[in-house]
Amino acid sequence: MPFTIREKQELVPTIHQMDVAAPLVAEKAMPGQFVILRIDECGERIPLTIADFDAADKTVTLIFQEIGKTTRQLASLDAGDSIADLAGPLGRASAIERFGTVVCVGGGVGIAPIFPIARGLMEAGNRVISIIGARSADILFWEERMEEASSKLYVTTDDGTKGHHGFVTDIVQNVIESGERIDRVIAIGPPVMMRAVAGVTKPFGVKTVVSLNPIMVDGTGMCGACRVLVGGVTKFACVDGPEFDAHEVDFTLLMSRLAMYLPEEKEALDYEAAAEPTI
Amino acid sequence: MTTESKPEKRPEMAKQLPSERRSNFEEVALGYNRHEAVAEAKRCLDCKKPPCIKGCPVGVDIPRFIRQIAEEDFDSAALTLKSTNSLPAICGRVCPQETQCEAVCVLGKSGKGDPIAIGGLERFVADYEMESGVAAPDLPAPTGRRVAVVGAGPAGLTAAAELAKMGHAVTVFESLHAAGGVLVYGIPEFRLPKSIVAAEVDFIRRLGVDMLLNSVIGKISTVDELLFRYDAVFLGTGAGLPSFLGIDGENLNGVYSANEFLTRVNLMKAYLFPEFDTPVKKGRRTIVVGGGNVAMDAARCALRLGAGEVTIVYRRGEDELPARVEEVLNAKEEGIIFRLLTNPIRILGDENNWVTGMECINMELCEPDESGRCRPVPVPETEHTIPADVVIIAIGTSPNPLVSMTTPDLETARYGTIMADETGATSKPGVFAGGDIVTGSATVISAMGAGKVAAKAIDEYIGGAVRL
Repeated sequence: MPFTIREKQELVPTIHQMDVAAPLVAEKAMPGQFVILRIDECGERIPLTIADFDAADKTVTLIFQEIGKTTRQLASLDAGDSIADLAGPLGRASAIERFGTVVCVGGGVGIAPIFPIARGLMEAGNRVISIIGARSADILFWEERMEEASSKLYVTTDDGTKGHHGFVTDIVQNVIESGERIDRVIAIGPPVMMRAVAGVTKPFGVKTVVSLNPIMVDGTGMCGACRVLVGGVTKFACVDGPEFDAHEVDFTLLMSRLAMYLPEEKEALDYEAAAEPTI
Repeated sequence: MTTESKPEKRPEMAKQLPSERRSNFEEVALGYNRHEAVAEAKRCLDCKKPPCIKGCPVGVDIPRFIRQIAEEDFDSAALTLKSTNSLPAICGRVCPQETQCEAVCVLGKSGKGDPIAIGGLERFVADYEMESGVAAPDLPAPTGRRVAVVGAGPAGLTAAAELAKMGHAVTVFESLHAAGGVLVYGIPEFRLPKSIVAAEVDFIRRLGVDMLLNSVIGKISTVDELLFRYDAVFLGTGAGLPSFLGIDGENLNGVYSANEFLTRVNLMKAYLFPEFDTPVKKGRRTIVVGGGNVAMDAARCALRLGAGEVTIVYRRGEDELPARVEEVLNAKEEGIIFRLLTNPIRILGDENNWVTGMECINMELCEPDESGRCRPVPVPETEHTIPADVVIIAIGTSPNPLVSMTTPDLETARYGTIMADETGATSKPGVFAGGDIVTGSATVISAMGAGKVAAKAIDEYIGGAVRL
């Protein structure tokens, strides 16, 4: 039974939002969980974090950036089109408790999955300080949503076109050094960003959680493609995570494993380009 | 030649030549033709007390279907098979008949000749039926009872088919995007074509079984939630969690679990990349660690992907290889190198985290211990390095905990298997289990046997005797 795309929009250049009808997934989804989808018979299975879910509307919201062949193909689909397969909600849900004051950091496409977590933490009675960052203002999205889901929101851009000119870590450092008691930090974004956030919070001993995005195939613990090293122990991100203690994660291993299929990704794109009509 | 004399030898099944098949994914064994099948069927002694039926975990009436082949009544032979076995084309290909039905064949045991090629004949009939169009099954009157089956592997499919034949409404929940479990993600195309699995799954659908794919129980519903909507639940979730060696270097790029490697190649069709989107590393030199059927499958897939050199590293000797003799032979014919009595110490990598080889040590077998198994022990100062750019770990799997984790009152044993009695009943009323989730990794046919037994127990539990 295919999964119909209800709504689709390009939020900012190359980053797309898709609301997909998936009643059972929408009913059970929790912040921090992900789905695995496969576009068609020839497709690969890719994990995407659930950015939002609406049990009444029976949809899940997915946000993705065009990077490789699959995400480009996904971006070419419109409302009314469908996806062959979508399984979820997978992974362990984010811990939503009353921690006190929580800093939520979202970088790039990572703003999408941090949103439901921030909202959940607010509803649970936390003070939520959110920091969202992007390379430039024109690819920053969901600022309004994050504003609503946070007690306080900071925006950073690498090029200074909006908010703080610099990185999210600058603000994380400032917030911690301001002396306010921070009970927890959760950071989702590119591995380099998550590693940097972990580096900033570690000296202060602030509990920090990151959501890892390794390559996956089945997403149910069956293949072990998503092996990550946490505190010296091999874990499967799909069933043991995707969230882990940032201070224990081996980010170097994560990044090298993410680069495993770069030659094949290029080959797939070249094959696609060659197959396109040349008129 | 008198009419009583029968040939001693079974016909040898035609196979693709090793030199050809090592570079394609098409089926290796080509099956018997009509003439060979009938001749082989005529060798059967048609014993009065046939031990072969007892040798079959699902109790196929073997002499009957073989007699029907001998009479060239293939349609009836197909009906006989299908009445007890819903997946005959699969079993004909992947069952270890040599240790089951064929092992107890009177012809073989009496020393008068080869045992009857029961597997080859089963495959012949199933393929004949598929080619000539499978008859629509007769469906009994609905009982009004509903059963949920978790997992569409051999155990789940068999339980579902049996329950449907009893008139119960069956829904199968499968986490992957295709039904078949290990039959689609694990066993390669060249041993079990996916079109064969699809056809047998389709037969089960036509029995009225509803298959919900992409449905991960433990996530979209718990077992307790299923019990609100169904009269009973069968768990056939298999042993899907890959084991690793726990040695240095296992997280290097280019190191796969056999599950991942085979899933990429078989289920995701990475051998057709980039036409299909899923990639897999095609090593120049591949090492496979392990000696079971899965190791043979992985090695032979790697070879077909174009690896120039594929080596199986196994810590015991030739006689201890757990794989089917036939599969070991196939692998050897294709040029797979066997380094037996060799054990990995660590996997070596370069500065970019890529595999470069594996350090191993020679082993020797000591005297058998109380369990009768010879324990391999390392031979000092025999460390050596085998170069490789892909390493596949095929040392076994353990049960997937997704269901037991979310079902608190389900008793599990060591290593996470679900506790079930001989009928498949678990510690939780209304919940039955069978296959690898109960036994740990075993064979397709034993899982099917468990599915069949549990179906009968479920029928009794939900009061199947009282038809509406």
